[in-house]
Amino acid sequence: MASAALPGRRRILARPTAKTGVWGWMTTVDHKKIGIMYGVTAFIFFILGGLEALAIRTQLAVPDGETLSAEVYNQFFTMHGITMIFLVVMPMGVALMNYFIPLMIGARDVAFPRLNAFSYWVFLLGGLFLYSSFFLGGAPDGGWFGYAPLSTELPGNGMTFYSLGLQMLGVASLAGAVNFIITIINMRAPGMTFMRLPVFIWMSLVTSFLLLFAMPIIAVALFELMFDRVYEANFFNPAAGGDPLLWQNLFWLFGHPEVYIMILPAMGIISEVLPTFARKPIFGYAAIVFAGIAIGFMGWGVWAHHMFTSGLGPVANTAFALSTMFIAVPTGIKIFNWIGTLWGGAIRFTTPLLFSIGFVAMFVIGGLSGVTHAIVPHDAQQHDTYYVVAHFHYVLFGGAIFGLFAGTYYWWPKIFGRLLGERLGKAHFWLMLIGFNLAFGPMHVFGLQGMPRRIYKYPSGMGWDFWNLMSTVGAFIIALSFVVFLVNVVLSRRRGEIAGADPWDARTLEWSMPSPPPEYNFAEVPIVKHRDDWWYTKYTETPEGTPTPVHAGGADVDDDDDGHEAQHIHLPDPSYFPLVAALGLPVAAYGVIYENEIVIGAGLLVALLGLFGWTLEPSAEDGH
Amino acid sequence: MTHSEGTGDAVHEAHDHHPAPRTYVKIAIILAIVTAIEVAFSYIPDADPGLIVTGLVVMAFVKFALVALYFMHLRFDNRLFRRLFVTGIILSLIVFAVYLAMLFGRGGAAPLVTGS
Amino acid sequence: MATSEAPAVPAHEEHYTSTGLDNVKMAMWAFLGSECLFFGSLISTYLLYRNRVLDGPTPADIYDIPYTSVSSFVLLMSSLTMVLALAGIQRRDMRACRIWLLATAMLGMIFIGGQIYEFTAFVEEGLKISTSTFGSSFFVMTGFHGAHVTVGIFMLLALFGMSLFGRLDSDDGPRKVELIGLYWHFVDIVWIVIFTVVYLVPTN
Repeated sequence: MASAALPGRRRILARPTAKTGVWGWMTTVDHKKIGIMYGVTAFIFFILGGLEALAIRTQLAVPDGETLSAEVYNQFFTMHGITMIFLVVMPMGVALMNYFIPLMIGARDVAFPRLNAFSYWVFLLGGLFLYSSFFLGGAPDGGWFGYAPLSTELPGNGMTFYSLGLQMLGVASLAGAVNFIITIINMRAPGMTFMRLPVFIWMSLVTSFLLLFAMPIIAVALFELMFDRVYEANFFNPAAGGDPLLWQNLFWLFGHPEVYIMILPAMGIISEVLPTFARKPIFGYAAIVFAGIAIGFMGWGVWAHHMFTSGLGPVANTAFALSTMFIAVPTGIKIFNWIGTLWGGAIRFTTPLLFSIGFVAMFVIGGLSGVTHAIVPHDAQQHDTYYVVAHFHYVLFGGAIFGLFAGTYYWWPKIFGRLLGERLGKAHFWLMLIGFNLAFGPMHVFGLQGMPRRIYKYPSGMGWDFWNLMSTVGAFIIALSFVVFLVNVVLSRRRGEIAGADPWDARTLEWSMPSPPPEYNFAEVPIVKHRDDWWYTKYTETPEGTPTPVHAGGADVDDDDDGHEAQHIHLPDPSYFPLVAALGLPVAAYGVIYENEIVIGAGLLVALLGLFGWTLEPSAEDGH
Repeated sequence: MTHSEGTGDAVHEAHDHHPAPRTYVKIAIILAIVTAIEVAFSYIPDADPGLIVTGLVVMAFVKFALVALYFMHLRFDNRLFRRLFVTGIILSLIVFAVYLAMLFGRGGAAPLVTGS
Repeated sequence: MATSEAPAVPAHEEHYTSTGLDNVKMAMWAFLGSECLFFGSLISTYLLYRNRVLDGPTPADIYDIPYTSVSSFVLLMSSLTMVLALAGIQRRDMRACRIWLLATAMLGMIFIGGQIYEFTAFVEEGLKISTSTFGSSFFVMTGFHGAHVTVGIFMLLALFGMSLFGRLDSDDGPRKVELIGLYWHFVDIVWIVIFTVVYLVPTN
């Protein structure tokens, strides 16, 4: 083998071997460990974003609030948005995609395990970089949407942190998207045709394509912002003819696909949960899949509905109003199919099912307010008011977050081997549902009554006082519900019910493995013969259509008895180079902030060295 | 040199129709000629700008296609690769055409512009 | 295994793919598709701003078409040398592959040299990134293109080095050259678009 010719280099580049401990986690390329890291990190950021929200709501609980100054308020609402979108909802979706895509398609790992690790480290470092800004002169304060020329002209380093931090997160997302696309297209087990894929996999594929094509656009916008702030460019400089609409167009060209990136994984999750707890296949599989694909395409045609009041003119406004109304159609198809899945099913009201039903209900409310935005004159009234805040929290919290919690409760036993408690889970659900509706429902009303967004205080006598206070109470109830969830997590780790392979009597391949799955996932690569193949291993149908257990089916669970065969399974080796390459990026970014070319160069050099090591390291000690 | 057929790996022959180096050189010559025509075209005095732009865009497209189809082997490879690439191209064209149309076609709110 | 169906997974399960296509090649094409949006955003920013020159030279004032035509020609020819390098390694002529790889890298370096010269000339003539929206969009767009070419040159030189150490001799060698070649041709294609749309299209 060529690599044996240079034993000296091979020693330096030898792959790490640790599988446990801190070093094991830092060098892992195992999709399951990476998924867990994404999930834990996302939950920690959820706490931070939630604290920011509580601070905001405390400030707005009463008129002329004095909890936060305007300057601090601006940082908090900006970071709340950035955190929830980029550091919570997106990575939480990626956590579940990472863990379950290979399991559900019958693969041993993703297509590019080291790239997967790189994505995680860049995400973590990007998030830490963003949060370090609080201690280095102030966090970004121009809103998560960073409209220029405000964002180019705000003093201090905050918005420069914004431009660089989001850029890093974008790199992580793009790498992840490429990974998942190739994994889903190219690493399906034999017999796993596209139309046998679980809906979650389809939604992950569409999400990944959206990421692939949307991230480069925000990357350009952020580079232009960075060049304006640090290198005196004129992209958004009004005195030089810089155009605010350039920012808005580039941002929303990314931003609208971005909201589908956030919601489609959650839609995929509930498309798995509902059939399991209704003991019926998903209603209208093909329609749901094609509706998801349609959303992916049509999502590119609606972006200017965020810009109806920016002076585009009647032709543009009309065109985008129509496209926005049309995109409600595929979404509506999915809603009907989810209801159809439950209809006539033998329903078990477990926590994941409750969160899924909550998703459907809350998302419909959010979707309806969204449709009202599609009507341009209405939008002129609603734009920049709390009505919009209500809308997007209903779809992103009531929708995406509820869906992600459904996935968390559903898949927790598979990942950790123990179930989360049902009583605490239900308490979490009901508290969160009540708190959420109390926090965001009234916003529809006082938004239409004229309360603007992004104000750090409001005067008394506007008629907004009472419902703002109620909204704050709701926010604290949400916080309480999250504490209940954390208690559930801690108790489950210690004395949760042992799950076994298939605690829910579910339908898809991941439930055919032990909980948690062994490192190699499957002892033998499965041969897939149906959609919901695991279900058909366990059950056939009587002529009336009721499932009856297959004799000795389900005993096919891949047990650890196959351990001796597992030794012949070759898994990708751990590596430290993804982490090394990732470390270069925040170093270079700090160099830009402090306008120090040497540090920028050092960062790029570290990244380059990481990439060299990555390409040159041996693939396995046995020279495979 | 195409004498490798006899010695080469049968598996490779089965998948790939690789154009001979001579074909690549021919394509490169076409590219060079088209570039020369493009440059000359751009200098035509007093011509209708619309015509010039159309001609230039067509010629650029021809060059683009030749490099993609032959040098990047898309003509002979699995269609999936072409689809991945073309999706990006078409999305890019549509989306940026629409937004430029929006920005240049704005009613009354456009910022300062000087041709100077 | 006592199953009656013949398993469809071949003996070397690690190399099994659903489509029979190479993962990395597919990833490269997906990445290039994404790069279309990246350069599309930069080019459309330029198209928005090329006539907004409130200060400093305009495109018509400053572009040197004959000069840029020559450097465009150089980059076009580098695509030829790239594909000849690939043809070389595909017929196991490692020496030809090496020569053409080096030629490609050198043509790339000539192109970059030309870009650097052009940039410094423009700065001397009064066009900087800070001069106008035209200046900003021109330099950032062509700068990112140049950065992509530079990365490509590094990869070509790395391939050249690998071939010297015999690391392209395996069955995998042509694939590596092909992948870098795809990236390089893409960078050339972007320049085909930039040259036409930025330099040649009349600004009126």
